[in-house]
Amino acid sequence: MKLHEYQAKQLLASYGVPVPEGKIATTPEEAQIIAQEIGGKVVIKAQAHTGARGKAGGVKVAETPAEAFKIAEEMIGMQLVTKQTGSAGLPISAVLVEEAISIERELYLSVAIDGSMAMPVIIASQEGGMDIEEVAEQRPEAILKQYVDPACGFQGYQARALAFGLGLSGKLNRPATALIEALTKSFLETDGSIAEINPVVVTTDGRILAADAKFSIDDSALFRQKNLAELRDRSQEADKELEAQDAGIGNYIKLNGNIGCLVNGAGLAMSTLDAIKMAGGDAANFLDIGTANSPEAVVAALKIIGTDPDVEAVLVNIFGGLARTDIIAQGVIDAKNQGLIPQPTIVRLAGSNVNEGNELLDNSGLDFVRANGFAEAAQLAVSAIS
Amino acid sequence: MSLLLDENSKVVIQGFGAAGQREAIICRDYGTNVVAGVTPGKGGQEIEGFPIRNTVQEAVDEFHANVSLIFVPAPFAADAILEANSANVPVIICITENIPVQDMMRVKRVLNNSNSTLIGPNCPGIINIGAHARAGIMPIDVYMDGNVGVISRSGTLVYEAVDQLTKAGIGQSGSIGVGGDPIIGTSQAQALALLENDPNTAAIVLIGEIGGTAEQEAAEYIKTMNKPVVAFIAGATAPPGRRMGHAGAIIAGAAGTAEAKQQALRDAGATVVKNPGEIGSQMLAVLKDQGLA
Repeated sequence: MKLHEYQAKQLLASYGVPVPEGKIATTPEEAQIIAQEIGGKVVIKAQAHTGARGKAGGVKVAETPAEAFKIAEEMIGMQLVTKQTGSAGLPISAVLVEEAISIERELYLSVAIDGSMAMPVIIASQEGGMDIEEVAEQRPEAILKQYVDPACGFQGYQARALAFGLGLSGKLNRPATALIEALTKSFLETDGSIAEINPVVVTTDGRILAADAKFSIDDSALFRQKNLAELRDRSQEADKELEAQDAGIGNYIKLNGNIGCLVNGAGLAMSTLDAIKMAGGDAANFLDIGTANSPEAVVAALKIIGTDPDVEAVLVNIFGGLARTDIIAQGVIDAKNQGLIPQPTIVRLAGSNVNEGNELLDNSGLDFVRANGFAEAAQLAVSAIS
Repeated sequence: MSLLLDENSKVVIQGFGAAGQREAIICRDYGTNVVAGVTPGKGGQEIEGFPIRNTVQEAVDEFHANVSLIFVPAPFAADAILEANSANVPVIICITENIPVQDMMRVKRVLNNSNSTLIGPNCPGIINIGAHARAGIMPIDVYMDGNVGVISRSGTLVYEAVDQLTKAGIGQSGSIGVGGDPIIGTSQAQALALLENDPNTAAIVLIGEIGGTAEQEAAEYIKTMNKPVVAFIAGATAPPGRRMGHAGAIIAGAAGTAEAKQQALRDAGATVVKNPGEIGSQMLAVLKDQGLA
């Protein structure tokens, strides 16, 4: 689960990470008042779950409170389109109004889990403000890393090594070390999956600040991070994905094609998208129904797919293990009977109770296209459209 | 015991709820020696003919359990793995999905200094066809006795690959589902080593996914192998940055893409299948080429 920048900064600040003075505004009036309180030049930052906001007009400087009002008025209510959002963009319902800081140096700092090492890793670089993946690829020596041993935790020497490695010595060393320790602690205590400060800024008046912040929480740990779970902003998620979640289908992702897919298992679902692509088509969604073992769950999933205006054909690809194909077949029949999937429907069943499942489809009197393998199913779905 | 599971395996099931009971019965019917279930507070009861104990240690002491199969819900699953480890169960198989990553990180740290082997989590488990030993949730009737081993991050793709092999007339020695999470107990490379050393396995299907670098590590091991490997990477068309069901399947960085993984596997000498519908036919071609079929 992603946090907004202002939420991430509040979280980091609560752990002692210094952030610029600022507040969140949901109206132009509030933005003006905050700008007045801060005094002088301020930065107005549109709050959306995307990077690359600056180039898309989502970050602007206001010289006066009146200008802060004007910029906030433009931003609040807009759809921010960045290179990461897709053409529809994301709605802006709030802006962060912050002191404008005068930058001497920009650094990079993040914490993530390194799966192959099975440890959190702190990544630091003097090349702040840049795309860190590009830096890692072109100049790996510019990337500093420290792993956190889960048995004994993050140690002081590691924070010092990073701070000195970032060129933060003398008076800056102690605050830099404290910032790195606070960031790491916040990540570990909140079940973070990514915490990134890009850039960490050294100001001309000698402060170190988190000028931007990205923070994601492990979805699987939200059951024990209840306060953070409440920070979720549903307006930043696709309508169809919310509809799926509300129907209890966690693994649904809206895509750009026109073949709606219902599959069990994440790997099979991904491969089904691959097979559709190889057959010359494009999937309208990823949907892993998991071990759903009731016709009702299948009907709910097919409703999400069938009511998607992009969907021109429906492909059901089930390999029963824990999930039973006869139960899935009954759900598909029910959905068809209820008029939820008027599109041509291609069904491929395999695995547990497959004979019973296919018999149900055959005896339903409904118009299903049956496929044997899933490569064939993908081909049939593509030709059903063209 | 190259597949970690054979005729001598004595399976204890941790988390004897609906799923645990159903799978225990299927395992027993297949011929697997399921010796007990563990549910704290229900020790002394008998459910579906299985003795229930409060702790894994009791199941080990009383029934000599040497494989644990875990169905415990995600918030308590790390605890269940560590309990099996503390009882010195040599093979621990965790089916549970959605375990918090930081829990698994701590579990992995403990297991680094342990003699126990963890398979999973978020996996379908292991089956050894020749030994009629099943510790997992895979459908049995798609399998056919033979000598191809299947390794996969995804559960349903194990079944898919096995089904294609069987329909192509190729039998299987068994399958190992290593799991779809970013932190797992046994890597693809380690699973490959198990099958390379398994006398009943002559060739291997490896099914990877986008995300992480486990397939590149597997490719490094394949360079040293004698047995042929047919590999498929799921998610070639997945958009970057989206979690495709498996927590491990997120493209972050160039190494995580299907192309990078396919290239590494090809360079290591594996036969890379691009169309997921052609795993069986490609394996048949490889076996014929090597005089194995």
